Formats: sequence, structure tokens, C-alpha cells
Amino acid sequence: MNLLFKLAIKNLIGAGLRTWLNVIVLSFSFLIIIWHKGLLDGWDRQAKNETIKWEIGGGQYWHSSYDPYDPFSLTEAHAKIPSSLDTLVSAGKIAPILITQGTIYPRGRIQSILIKGIYQDQKLLKIPSSVFIKNSEDIPAIIGKNTATDNGIKEGDLITLRWRDSHGTFDANNIKIIGIFNTDVPTVDMGQIWVPLERLQKMMDMPGEATIIVMDKEQKGKILPGEWKFMNNEVLLKSITDLIKMKSVSGYVLYIILLSLAMLAIFDTQVLSIFRRQKEIGTYIALGMTRKQVVGLFTIEGSFNSVLAGILAALYGIPMLALQASHGLSIPGGSKGFGLAVADRIYPVYSLELVITTILLILLTTTIVSYLPSRKIARMKPTDALRGKIQ
Amino acid sequence: MENTTLISIEGLRKDFPTSGGKFTALNGIDLQIGRAEFTGIVGPSGSGKTTLLNIIGSLDSPSEGRVVVLGQSIGDMNVKQAALFRRSKLGFIFQSYNLLPVYTVFENVEFPLLLLKYDDNQRRKMVMDSLEWLGLTDKVKSKPSQLSGGECQRVAIARSMVKKPEIVLADEPTANLDAANSHKILKAMVQLNHEFGTTFIFATHDDKVIGYLKRKISLVDGKVTTDEFRNI
Repeated sequence: MNLLFKLAIKNLIGAGLRTWLNVIVLSFSFLIIIWHKGLLDGWDRQAKNETIKWEIGGGQYWHSSYDPYDPFSLTEAHAKIPSSLDTLVSAGKIAPILITQGTIYPRGRIQSILIKGIYQDQKLLKIPSSVFIKNSEDIPAIIGKNTATDNGIKEGDLITLRWRDSHGTFDANNIKIIGIFNTDVPTVDMGQIWVPLERLQKMMDMPGEATIIVMDKEQKGKILPGEWKFMNNEVLLKSITDLIKMKSVSGYVLYIILLSLAMLAIFDTQVLSIFRRQKEIGTYIALGMTRKQVVGLFTIEGSFNSVLAGILAALYGIPMLALQASHGLSIPGGSKGFGLAVADRIYPVYSLELVITTILLILLTTTIVSYLPSRKIARMKPTDALRGKIQ
Repeated sequence: MENTTLISIEGLRKDFPTSGGKFTALNGIDLQIGRAEFTGIVGPSGSGKTTLLNIIGSLDSPSEGRVVVLGQSIGDMNVKQAALFRRSKLGFIFQSYNLLPVYTVFENVEFPLLLLKYDDNQRRKMVMDSLEWLGLTDKVKSKPSQLSGGECQRVAIARSMVKKPEIVLADEPTANLDAANSHKILKAMVQLNHEFGTTFIFATHDDKVIGYLKRKISLVDGKVTTDEFRNI
């Protein structure tokens, strides 16, 4: 086997341009597959991390009637925050949130909005609630940059807010925008307005109540009364996981196209090689190589293309990918509308597992593609091969 | 010189299938070839010389009859046994040299020794000895494309002789060479035959080769017509 490897390397290098063309095409495939998969992995990791930091913490307790896809459930979905959580709430380690529907009138237009109340002392989520000023005449509110931009709202604006309290009575008041925050998580930004929890409880006449309770990851094991159900991060991040999975599937189409092109080049080279090198094959057999050894030699030659491609891809790819991993890839602003956490820059993650899996996949495919035409050698008559007579 | 039988052929027949039935290339060949012979199978194109050489070299098998080379029955060997037999016992020289194009002269000559798993030092010594016999020590690092036809054929001879086989089979070795180069390589082969007692069997219709033969077996239409031993 050692001999076959040595011969294969010598033959490959001796083949010159033919080898390098294959190797270059294959190295592109290597790089693009790793880059694309790394980008998706980076996006996945970034989206999940940001969503955890801004929205879901270490898991959430939902009121049993709460359904985030059904706004009508909000009238029923609220209950007293269990007293067992009082110390943790005051320490800012868990964040109860009361959610209700409302309407704002920016620039004379009507805009439905979700009003979310959150404690100004909470330290669990990145929502900048510490800017709320207690006992202000106007209701202090913060909104995300995208909501502000979409509605033409600026910091310091006074906007009319209308809501319906727990008794079904409509009420309205001015809210003052005291802060606009920038986040990569659209589910805490788009169509939402954040106000102090105590203020919202008072507006709704729901003292001490919340719709969801965001838990710190150390506290997630706490058991709350039956009207609260725990949603772990796996459930809460499912939409991100599903979207990344869908993107990965579309990525596979790209991989298959790239790999097919590279494999076609190798298959073609192998077929041509076997046709053009009949005399050489005959000579190998005449000199005493078994047919199995000659088939092995040609298969190793073909599959070594992927080894050389891996080396070449590493030479120019590692600096390129490392640069991108440290500087990130700029994402166009329009991608905010995806409804999923997309940062301005995505930092691809190239794991060892990803690199090894890609190398093995390409090595295996190349070996199979190299072996298939090489089988013809086993059926060759050495006397015909020596004369180059095989068609 | 001791003349033990190395090759024994009895009732050899070789048929090739054709679209209309079959073509008989060899028919009723009976021959004995001994150690250290310098023998030529001579005849016009299509007389069956190369076919006979291929069967002796275990590259092909008989349709009928029995061919025993160095005690091994060619017809009874499977492809792997035949490959191992060629590897250890036989040397081949071809009309178009059949050197491996991407290898240097040294590597081409070294190739049979790699298959026989000789160690580095042994290989180096045997290759250099072989190249010295053929006067090729200054071409060690050259590739076949950088050599003349005569030099290529000398490399092929060095390759066939490097493992000191008992039999060397040469198929039209001078067909692509001019007269001067033909004589040069034939003299080299005669010298090797004398020095090492290697049996040389040629398939040829070249008068220059015929002039060096100690035994001339004439073949016409797949049958031996004359078999003469000569004192040269």
C-alpha cells in the first residue's frame, strides 16, 4: 500500500496541469462548503445567543392561557407573580413581563402595538429597562430602533397610547419615548413598546401580575404553581433552529452542485487517464503488479486529488476564513424583516467537526468516483493494454 | 554451458475469437528452450511470434496444450499467480520501450525492485549496477522524454535485467532503432547473456537481431517451420 501511495503521488505530480486543474476546482468546493456551513453555524450561534440575552434568558414560565401567536389570548393570559419569587425579582435575577395589546398614534397614523411591562431593576435581559424614571407624569417608554424608524419616532417624542384594561375599559395617555435601543433580536423590537411593569400593572388594573416570567438559567428548575408552564430554551429557540435547518437544506443543494462539478472533473480525468495510459497499465501488469494493485493505484491517484485540494484550500482558505471569522460578514439592512435575529455582521464559526466532516465527505466521494472508472482495468487483457488497443 | 530446460511447450494452440468464428494464431507448437539460450522466434508479421512470447511471459494463456516455464504451468495459473510469477522470474523488453513517462531513469529501473520489496540500499546498488552495465550512469535523473530511442531501449534493458531474472522476453526490441543503436543494445544483451547466464528470447523479423541469435526458431502461420542452432 505504501508503494501505491508513493507511485500515486509521483504520477499525480507528473501529470502536471491536469492534476492542478482538478485540485483547484476541488479546493474551491472545499472552501465554499466550509465557508457556507460556517456562516450558517455562526448565524445560528449568534441568533441563539442574542435571543437568550434579549428575550428568553434561561427559559420562561408562560401563563397557561398565553399563546404568542394569538393576541386575543392576552386578555386571559395573566396571573399573580408567585410570592416565592419575590426575593429573586427584587434581586433582578428573574424578569416578569406583562403583555397586552394597545394602539399608538405616531404622526397621525394608527399603529397596533404590543405593550410589554418589565421591571426597571431587572438585570437578566439586555432590555435597557434601567432608563425608566419612576413617578414620571408621562408614561416612560423605550422602543427598538426598527420600530422607531418604521414609525418616525424619536427620543423625547410624546405619543398617544390607547389600551383596554382588565375590565374591558378603553383608556389613553401620553407616553414619552425616553430611549431607543438597538438590538439584533426583532422579537423584542418590531411592533413593541416597553414600559415599567408597575406602571403597566396599574394601567391594566392587574397589580402584581405578569404574562410570562423569564428565568435565570440557575433558577429554571424552580417549580411554579399549575397556572404557569415552563418553556425551555429548546422550545423557545425552535423557530431559529428550524430556519437554520431549512437554510442548511438549501445549502446542501449548493454542496451537491459544487461536489458534482468537482467529481465530474475527476471522473472525466480518470476515464481519460485510463484510456490514454493503457500502455502504462499494460507495463505495470507485465512488470508484475497485480490488477488489484493497478486498480488501487489509479483509485489512490484520483482520491489524492482531494488530499492535494485540502492542502491547497488550507493554504489560501485558512487566512481568508480566519479573516472573515474575526471581522464578520456584513449583512444588508433589509434582512431585519426576516423576523429572526440577524446581526449587522455575522461571524462565521468554523468548527473542527465541520472541517473534518467536509474533508471526509469529499475524500470519500472522490475515492468512489475514482474507483468506478478504474474497475475497467481489472477487465483489461494485458496484451491488448500493452499495444494500446482497448477502445 | 549447462543446458537445463527452462521452457517446455507441448501441443500449444492459441485461438482468438473473431466475428466470423475464430482465428488460430498458434497451432501445434512443440519446443524446449534451455538455460542461457539466446533464442529468436523469427517470422513475418502475423506469424504468431508475439502471441508465443506473450504465452511464455504468462501475459496470455494457451487455448490447448501445455506450456511450462520454470516449472510453472502457464495455463494453470490465475491472474494473481501469473503477476507474481512475472514479478519474480521474468524480464520484459518491448518494441516501444514502455518506460513509465513521469519517472526518471533511476526510478524506471528501480520499479521492479520496489515490487519485490528490496530495501533502499539494496535497490540503489542494484539499480546503479544495472545502469553501469548499460552505460547510463550519466542519465540517472533524466526523464524518458529527454532520452534518445537507443537510450530508452537501454533503460528498458536495464529495467528488465535489474532483478537478474532467469528469462528475458524481448518483443521486437530494435524495431524503433537505427542500425548503430540496434547493434549497441544487442551487444549489451549478448554480454549480459554471457555474464549472467540469462536466457533471452526474442520475437523479431529484424536481420540485425537474427545475426546475433544462437538459435533461430522460424514461425509461419502459427507453426514452427525450422529450428536451427547456430555457432556464433
